[in-house]
Amino acid sequence: MTEQAGIVTEDAANGADAEAAKPEPPAVAEAEAAKPEPQAVVEAEPVKPEPPAVAAVDVLKPAPPPAAAADMPLLRIEAVVKKFGAFRAVDRLSLDIRSGEFFALLGPSGCGKTTLLRMLAGFETPDEGRILLDGKDIAQVLPHQRPVNMMFQSYALFPHLSVRDNIAFGLKRAGMARAEIAARVAEMVALVKLEGLEKRKPDQLSGGQKQRVALARSLARRPQVLLLDEPLAALDKKLRESTQLELMELQRRLGMTFIIVTHDQEEAMTVAGRIGVMDAGRLEQVATPRELYEAPASRWIAEFVGDVNLFDGEVETREDRRLVIATRDAGSIVVAEPRQPLTKTTVCIAIRPEKVKLSRRGPASDAVHSHAINRLEGVVTDVGYLGGLTSYKVKLDTGAVLRSSMANTARLDIDAYSPGQRVVAWFTPDDGVVLEQ
Amino acid sequence: MSARAIFTRPARLAAIAPYVWMALFFLVPFGFVLKIALSQTAIAQPPYLPVFDLTAGAGAIKAAFAALSLDNFRLLVSDDLYIFSYLRSLVVALVSTSILLLIGYPIAYGMARLPQRWQAIAMMLVIIPFWTSFLIRIYAWINILQHDGLLNRILLALHLVASPLVWLSTDSAMYLGIVYSYLPFMILPLYAVLAKMDPALLEAAGDLGAEPRSAFWLVTFPLSLPGVAAGVLLCFIPIVGEFVIPDLLAGSDSLMIGQTLWLEFFTNKDWPVASAAAVVLLALLVAPLVFYDRLQRRQLESNH
Repeated sequence: MTEQAGIVTEDAANGADAEAAKPEPPAVAEAEAAKPEPQAVVEAEPVKPEPPAVAAVDVLKPAPPPAAAADMPLLRIEAVVKKFGAFRAVDRLSLDIRSGEFFALLGPSGCGKTTLLRMLAGFETPDEGRILLDGKDIAQVLPHQRPVNMMFQSYALFPHLSVRDNIAFGLKRAGMARAEIAARVAEMVALVKLEGLEKRKPDQLSGGQKQRVALARSLARRPQVLLLDEPLAALDKKLRESTQLELMELQRRLGMTFIIVTHDQEEAMTVAGRIGVMDAGRLEQVATPRELYEAPASRWIAEFVGDVNLFDGEVETREDRRLVIATRDAGSIVVAEPRQPLTKTTVCIAIRPEKVKLSRRGPASDAVHSHAINRLEGVVTDVGYLGGLTSYKVKLDTGAVLRSSMANTARLDIDAYSPGQRVVAWFTPDDGVVLEQ
Repeated sequence: MSARAIFTRPARLAAIAPYVWMALFFLVPFGFVLKIALSQTAIAQPPYLPVFDLTAGAGAIKAAFAALSLDNFRLLVSDDLYIFSYLRSLVVALVSTSILLLIGYPIAYGMARLPQRWQAIAMMLVIIPFWTSFLIRIYAWINILQHDGLLNRILLALHLVASPLVWLSTDSAMYLGIVYSYLPFMILPLYAVLAKMDPALLEAAGDLGAEPRSAFWLVTFPLSLPGVAAGVLLCFIPIVGEFVIPDLLAGSDSLMIGQTLWLEFFTNKDWPVASAAAVVLLALLVAPLVFYDRLQRRQLESNH
């Protein structure tokens, strides 16, 4: 990190590396990732400042469908508005989703993410705007005529039908031949590992099994886009985590486009290649999980995604791509200048807790560039041992509280700090993100 | 731990309460009716023989038992007055229940799809007629249907008919009265089933390619069958034994079993034949009840 390339590009490069590490990335993806100035795929919201977006690399796409033109996304949402009375559940939202993507809509409850998903399924009709699937406007098309299927949060399995008949329901409606239906159902049952349960009714299944039936049923018609509405919310934590991995594996294997709605940021980050964060009917940021976490577009995003330390302050000096910011609570902090020039001098610095390292005497001078280090001194007030991590609260001498989380890399507690202990909290200029709003 | 152990003593007492009630107010009276049905009519007080006199000693009771016979039941199957009454009752109940289902289902379906606030109001509208005495409501229909009643006056005023039509004392009037009176009993169980149905099921059906009409027949209707069964039985069983409505609104040329029973009992003073008719009616109605019970059992089992 001797070249201070700026946090955004650095992270972008890391993101691309991570993406490229996934199996069989098409050549296009690498080429795109290698571009010095990657173009933004998503025009999130013309009014809002553009997030420092990197091209989302479609590594997961095995073969683009012939209808999708080279630069035409599979699904294009154009300035869509949905009103319930005076309430704008979705407010002039635009979004492009490429074929083969695993896209997550993340947001707090009531942010409009489910309404957006329901418009894609056809259960709600947009008041304004267009929804283009493969270039055709489907905004007014009825649900049963869309090549899109949904997996419901409640699963919505037909209680009077067996597992087999639930999965076959959509195939029968499509007028498929009997033998073909039987073959497809068997394939789906094997895909979600439900062999032997075909004759059971939904009431005779566990929560995890129901979830699988719902997934198999929604995949059986081989939709162009699979919509998943909080698909794992009803499962317990362990099962949810293993199912997340299975969903990813499944999506990769089928090469299908998945759009998942979730309020669980860990879930979104685990499964999705790209995440759209929604608030109050608008997209706040569309980015890869890493970008979202390391380069949040706004203070709101920084706080919504993960834990963060925030310090308000004024820009004092700017030189050598470094900003010195005088904060109210933590003195002067040096951070890397963001790629996009600042328009205001009143800013906010966001530092993730795991970027804040604690030590008894501060960093050894040869370990990092000591002239550019941020050192804050204080007293440990709270220690939360979480197994893999320990989270600390440090009351700084300036009065502010700083959160730090440190990986417990050693089994013995030589690295641990206890309440009341004086420590030096330090982080590099690249660890902080400057936010204007 | 056995399942019994979780019930405390008061809970166990409460659990047998319905059986005590049924024994006192159903089984014992039914025993009386059955006994009278096996007796012979007589001009006496009470108007049948034999009479069990527990004070007369064992010999007299033995003789009384010997005097019981199935003659009244033989009469019921040999006289076509009774057979026709039973048949008419079954036909009237069948036709009325079918009409009730055809009218009640769409109403219940519509109610269940209203916004929550309107559902409560619709429910009130269905129930409110109960606040007026049943008999008064039937008399009101007589008023509407009679020769110079409201219906004929409206038809005449609209020039739809040249002279008043005969409504009263026809089967149409009776069916109208029955359907009007029993409609809430059909609507409420159907509404209960339809209202608690997860709307996501219909969305799922649509999502999987079912157009609204087939979504109804493939999802809504099969899932509402328990409500259909409950509504049909709630209407069918009492309509078979209906007395007031056919007596007030239908003609007197053919009788339902309830009317025949009434005639035997009050006009002919033939208590034994009336009792026998009642016992046979009960036996007829047990069949659909057993069927319903088995249906419910199956429903419960499939839920576990």
